[in-house]
Amino acid sequence: MDNGKNGFHPTTLIRDFDRGKTSLLADGRTLREWTLVAREKEIEVAPGVTFPAWTYNGRIPGPTLRATEGERLRITLVNHSAHAHTIHFHGLHAAQVDGTAGIGLSLVQPGGQTVYEFDAEPFGLHLYHCHVTPLAHHIAKGLYGVFLIDPKEARPEADELVMVMNGFDTNFDRANELYAVNTIPFVYMSDPVRVTVGELVRIYLVNVLEYDLVNSFHVHGNFFDWYPTGTSMSPAEHTDTVMLCQGQRGILEITFPREGRFMFHAHQSEFAELGWMGFFEAGCGPACEKSG
Amino acid sequence: MESRLNTWVLGLLPLCVIAVAVVGFAVLDGPGLTARNGPPAEELVVERTVLGAGSIELVVRNAGPDPVTLAQVAVNDAFADFRMSEPEIGRLGSANVRITYPWVDGEAYEVALLTSTGGIVAHEIPVAVLTPDPSGFIGLMALLGTYVGVIPVAIGMLWLPWLRRVPPGWIRALMALTIGLLAWLAIDAALEGMEVANAGAGALGGAGLVGIGAIAAYLVLSGVQNWMSARPGQTGGYRLSLLVSVGIGLHNLGEGLAIGSAYAVGALALGATLVAGFAIHNTTEGLAIVAPVSEERTTPFRLIFLGLVAGGPAILGAWLGAATTQPALAALLLGLGVGAIAQVILQLTPSVRDGGGRFLHPVSITGILTGMLLMYATGLLT
Repeated sequence: MDNGKNGFHPTTLIRDFDRGKTSLLADGRTLREWTLVAREKEIEVAPGVTFPAWTYNGRIPGPTLRATEGERLRITLVNHSAHAHTIHFHGLHAAQVDGTAGIGLSLVQPGGQTVYEFDAEPFGLHLYHCHVTPLAHHIAKGLYGVFLIDPKEARPEADELVMVMNGFDTNFDRANELYAVNTIPFVYMSDPVRVTVGELVRIYLVNVLEYDLVNSFHVHGNFFDWYPTGTSMSPAEHTDTVMLCQGQRGILEITFPREGRFMFHAHQSEFAELGWMGFFEAGCGPACEKSG
Repeated sequence: MESRLNTWVLGLLPLCVIAVAVVGFAVLDGPGLTARNGPPAEELVVERTVLGAGSIELVVRNAGPDPVTLAQVAVNDAFADFRMSEPEIGRLGSANVRITYPWVDGEAYEVALLTSTGGIVAHEIPVAVLTPDPSGFIGLMALLGTYVGVIPVAIGMLWLPWLRRVPPGWIRALMALTIGLLAWLAIDAALEGMEVANAGAGALGGAGLVGIGAIAAYLVLSGVQNWMSARPGQTGGYRLSLLVSVGIGLHNLGEGLAIGSAYAVGALALGATLVAGFAIHNTTEGLAIVAPVSEERTTPFRLIFLGLVAGGPAILGAWLGAATTQPALAALLLGLGVGAIAQVILQLTPSVRDGGGRFLHPVSITGILTGMLLMYATGLLT
């Protein structure tokens, strides 16, 4: 598995937040800017299996765009691919910048570019993806990413992780051959996600899986607080399993009380065994008691 | 005079009665018959797929008993814009459906044609590749036909001087070998023909067309053979060689057809291996052509003619196959090859008989089996 050639690695991508470039506007608000480049790229999605992907900034998922509630956001899409694309953000914005074909800014043709500008609202966990027909194809090829808006009053300090549940239809029969969290199947099996016992872990979980009706997240030996869409500061549920349709997302807060390897996976066993499974390695931090 | 006229009238009378009955039946709208039970039976067959930049064009034939109206088109479970000259396709009629779709090279697509009754006709495009413009590869197909048809046959014919020196017993064995080669070609063409026919509209004849083609070729060649043997100045060996050439030529027409159509849909990677495989395979055909003339004098002109008759149709077939793939036509052409070869095998049998007049003696049996094995083995190269 050549993650180097892919240009991104799931073990670093999981803690990679892109806060863009900031400047101050005349009214004192923060302006946050990003540039996303859509381009075709061969991605090794499993050892020896390449997939002719479409990417934002050469990676799947695209960069995790992170802003704070109320800021002004300006995202430039440059299209270096052979097909027309857009970026459609989940969140509150004008129809003009919705990134839907035929409306407002509409399609960004090959070689072209456009600028999406709107305010960061509401706070919570969102996503962005291409919204060009055939829609399933543009999403399944890899044009999606996480769009995170922090509340003005920051959430408690935590070890923060991004997990995008996705899959790949490598033979183009509109069914996935591979399932994963953060693109590469089984990557966190051989290289577990290291967390610290007693420390709060916050997981930003987004489901973008195409072609399958639902996806899910389950963790072994632990429970978590579940904040659907992250739009409320109080949890909706204390559980060890959540189910999400495409575009659904939420924030998990979990503190591992014990050391050890704890599996996490989709609770559709088929997805799990086709790649969507991994381990948390709960290690001993400064506050850890060896007794467990 | 008068009696002849009466004969005519009596002969035509039933036809007139049929005509009157049919017209009357139609005018009265089939008295006593009820309408069909259940919905109309819809059967559409996609005969040709042309992938252009940003478009998928299908040639659709209505193979069912009722007219079919195409209402919508979906590609990979998503509705797509499409244009067609006339939404209703009559019985056995065909229509061009041009779908606007940004297909991606190398990916798979399923086109679903939704009819006005809500029925779906699904058409698979296993690997999307830009369909080459037929006018752009006339030269390429001619070259390909020459490589796989004309040149190998000509090379195979170079065995003639050697054939002239070997004892008559060997010739018998070689004729048996030829029968084996031809038998394999006939089986191959028959299977290919049925496969092609089944891909097309069953209402146009389907696999039966292979049978019609085979019988037609057999009968016509038998007639030609009888006519030639009645003409003076024709030696038996040359006549036989010519028949073998015609049979092989019809087979090569089918082979060219297969190559051309495979190339047009991108299913064929033109490469040295493929061409070399076909060439080795077809070289044995040249041997089959010259075997009957090994014991008599012949002119170079006649040999060249024999070679062209056998190899040339590969070029024609490649053109036809690349330009238009009408499954019914292809099945008929492949059937012609089968019949022609069967007739040739029958013509070759006397030359295999041994001194005692037996056809199936150890040498001939070995020869026939070796011939089939040789064709099978060289066929693996293609």
